[in-house]
Amino acid sequence: MLDHLRFRDDEPVSAPAVTVDAFLDQTNAAAVRIEPGDDARSLLPFLEQLSLVEVNFPGFGDGRGYSSARILREAGYTGELRAVGDVLVDQLSHMRRCGFDSFLPEKPFDPEDAQAALDRWPEVYQATGDGRTPIWARRHPASERG
Amino acid sequence: MKILTGNDLKSGAVVWWTGQDWSIHVEDAVDVGDQADTILAREEAARRVNASYAIDAEPDGERRVRPAHIKDRIRAHGPTVRPDLTLKPADPDAGNWVI
Amino acid sequence: MYRYDQYDQAMVDTRVAEFRDQTRRRLEGKLTEDQFKPLRLQNGLYLQLHAYMLRVAVPYGTLNAAQMHVLADIADKYDRGYGHFTTRQNIQYNWIKLEDAPDILADLASVEMHAIQTSGNCIRNISSDQFAGAAADELIDPRPYAELLRQWSSFHPEFLTLPRKFKICVIASETDRAAMKLHDIGIRIVKNEAGEIGAAFYVGGGMGRTPMIAPLIRDFVPLDQLITYSEACLRVYNRYGRRDNKYKARIKILVHELGKDEYARQVEEEFAHLLTQGIEPPIAELERIMEHFADPAFDTAASDDLDLSDPAFALWVERNSVAHKQPGYVIANISLKPVGGIPGDASAAQIHLMADLAKDYSFDELRVTHAQNIVLPHVRKADLFTLWQKLEAAGLGAANLDTIEDIIACPGLDYCSLANARSIPVAQKIAQRFADNGRTGELGELKLKISGCINACGHHHAGHIGILGVDKKGLENYQLLLGGCEGDDTSLGKITGPGFTEDGIVDAVEKATDVYLAQREEDERFLDTYRRIGMEKFKEAIYA
Repeated sequence: MLDHLRFRDDEPVSAPAVTVDAFLDQTNAAAVRIEPGDDARSLLPFLEQLSLVEVNFPGFGDGRGYSSARILREAGYTGELRAVGDVLVDQLSHMRRCGFDSFLPEKPFDPEDAQAALDRWPEVYQATGDGRTPIWARRHPASERG
Repeated sequence: MKILTGNDLKSGAVVWWTGQDWSIHVEDAVDVGDQADTILAREEAARRVNASYAIDAEPDGERRVRPAHIKDRIRAHGPTVRPDLTLKPADPDAGNWVI
Repeated sequence: MYRYDQYDQAMVDTRVAEFRDQTRRRLEGKLTEDQFKPLRLQNGLYLQLHAYMLRVAVPYGTLNAAQMHVLADIADKYDRGYGHFTTRQNIQYNWIKLEDAPDILADLASVEMHAIQTSGNCIRNISSDQFAGAAADELIDPRPYAELLRQWSSFHPEFLTLPRKFKICVIASETDRAAMKLHDIGIRIVKNEAGEIGAAFYVGGGMGRTPMIAPLIRDFVPLDQLITYSEACLRVYNRYGRRDNKYKARIKILVHELGKDEYARQVEEEFAHLLTQGIEPPIAELERIMEHFADPAFDTAASDDLDLSDPAFALWVERNSVAHKQPGYVIANISLKPVGGIPGDASAAQIHLMADLAKDYSFDELRVTHAQNIVLPHVRKADLFTLWQKLEAAGLGAANLDTIEDIIACPGLDYCSLANARSIPVAQKIAQRFADNGRTGELGELKLKISGCINACGHHHAGHIGILGVDKKGLENYQLLLGGCEGDDTSLGKITGPGFTEDGIVDAVEKATDVYLAQREEDERFLDTYRRIGMEKFKEAIYA
């Protein structure tokens, strides 16, 4: 069973992730953990120094972490973006699309189920900044667009 | 009496705990006393029932079990507005006990 | 209407494979019910009162004959021979088995249909005007915009775990036939002073426990920013919508608690940011979709004459047909409210017939309305009599559109585990009362809506007469509301006073209509008289 999934080549950060409040107080940490009620934009002035942002999902039904992830990626964050907590196989592809590149689920994944979930969608309807070409761009390749 | 009900996981059919297994006939339901939580936890974990819960009921003449709330009586019998889709379509009086 | 290309087809096919796999894992015990529930809900599968219930999406209420035939086949093969058309333009089946659900979704995918996101905390089926593309008063067909939004909202990875469900409606006429302002987002396509077409956004409407009319949040969003602005609206909701209380989790609560100006400001901020992210499809994509909604090949020589010498036919024409933008054509409404029937239900045979009629008489197109009826949008007047005879023969000829017999009723406690009371028997008794006393015609336009519980799926807040089923000490009881309206002059019904038994509510409704008949002036509808004279006289009569 997989209790950790990571899609990065670099070395993982070993420093513990501090809370957003603690981070904003001391601002020399390299790793921070966002809770659902935290404002991801409070981290924007400090993205350069962050190597790891953990986004906590205390319950899989609270979807605020997906917006937090996209906000960080849209702001140019290139460090590790890790989903932790009640992270389930059936959310993996959605989380990848929102910019998560590592996962630390409370309940380990079945590796086959996880791989199937990640490989599931050959096409996507929306542009989410994950680099995948949305269907509307396939229909209207850039060279033909005005 | 306290009886147990739920839905069959695969078919969705409304079912009632008989003491040994789950029946679609509410007449087969037994009083579980204070064993509800134990039985439900075991049956759900084994996937022999889904979305199960305990309800109050009374014996109602001829050993028929009458759930206390109209919602569960409708679950037991079928929609009051389509007698042909109920558990006992051939019996015109079968729905009288529901309301 | 829209036809899938290879990409759309790939998406529904993939979804079927995904759900088949998820179902297998549930049956094998690899997924708990708590983990599986949101997955099956987002494929339209509820565990309901009698069995699993499947809600199939009918995008903006439009479908063709081939699709209708499959819906009928599903009713016969997997269910009990009928389907229920809903107040969100969808169709529901009440007796589905989980083990059959993946095969049903595969059958639907074969005709470009699905049950994607028809339930769950996500963006639901996008509704629209049932007369789109046929009505004389629309600025433009709203459905291409609804289709653009449908694709944007399907499997949107950021918005699949919203605080609660999210319902969007798109219209493009001054007259609101789709209760647009009672949606989480209501969009009206408009023209600005420069003659440009864009979208007015109303955000924060809804019914349920706390009905609210959506305020205008932005009066003009250019068409080439429609998706970006919608995304901004949703992101603010996903981030700040309440998650502490299920009954306060809709966007209407957020807009109400922030105030519309503050909500609008937060959306503007997010919108300005998202405009830099390149998430908007090019206008060419909207244009591509619009090509699917071009006018059918109308017979420009079609005669505008109609022989109304048959009085039953004449009555049906008067009540059920609506003026079409094209001379020689009408919009024909099929009432699924025969007196004594179940509102919104149709048998497999009836569904097959309506499919054939659409193919033969309406350019292969039908609509589902939020009033639980069916529309054949483009019928030549020359074909209308034959069409009507076939409808009559199949029990589909009820000439009662928008009358007191045309009742909107949720399935209620006969079918729904959320309900407090049965709604269908009440609807049947009321329709029978007015069929018996012969006053249906005299009462004219009277929209009566019944909900079996506070979730308001019957839209009772928006009924000229509304009925709400409640649980009063374990017994079914019914509250009466007057003066609701879903159109441009949207208003929410007001409760008359203490509730009634099932027979009592039928009497109360009749007494309310007696007051109207005694008090009305000129051409007033029930709603107009109520608005003019107020509640008092109605209360006196009802509680005398």
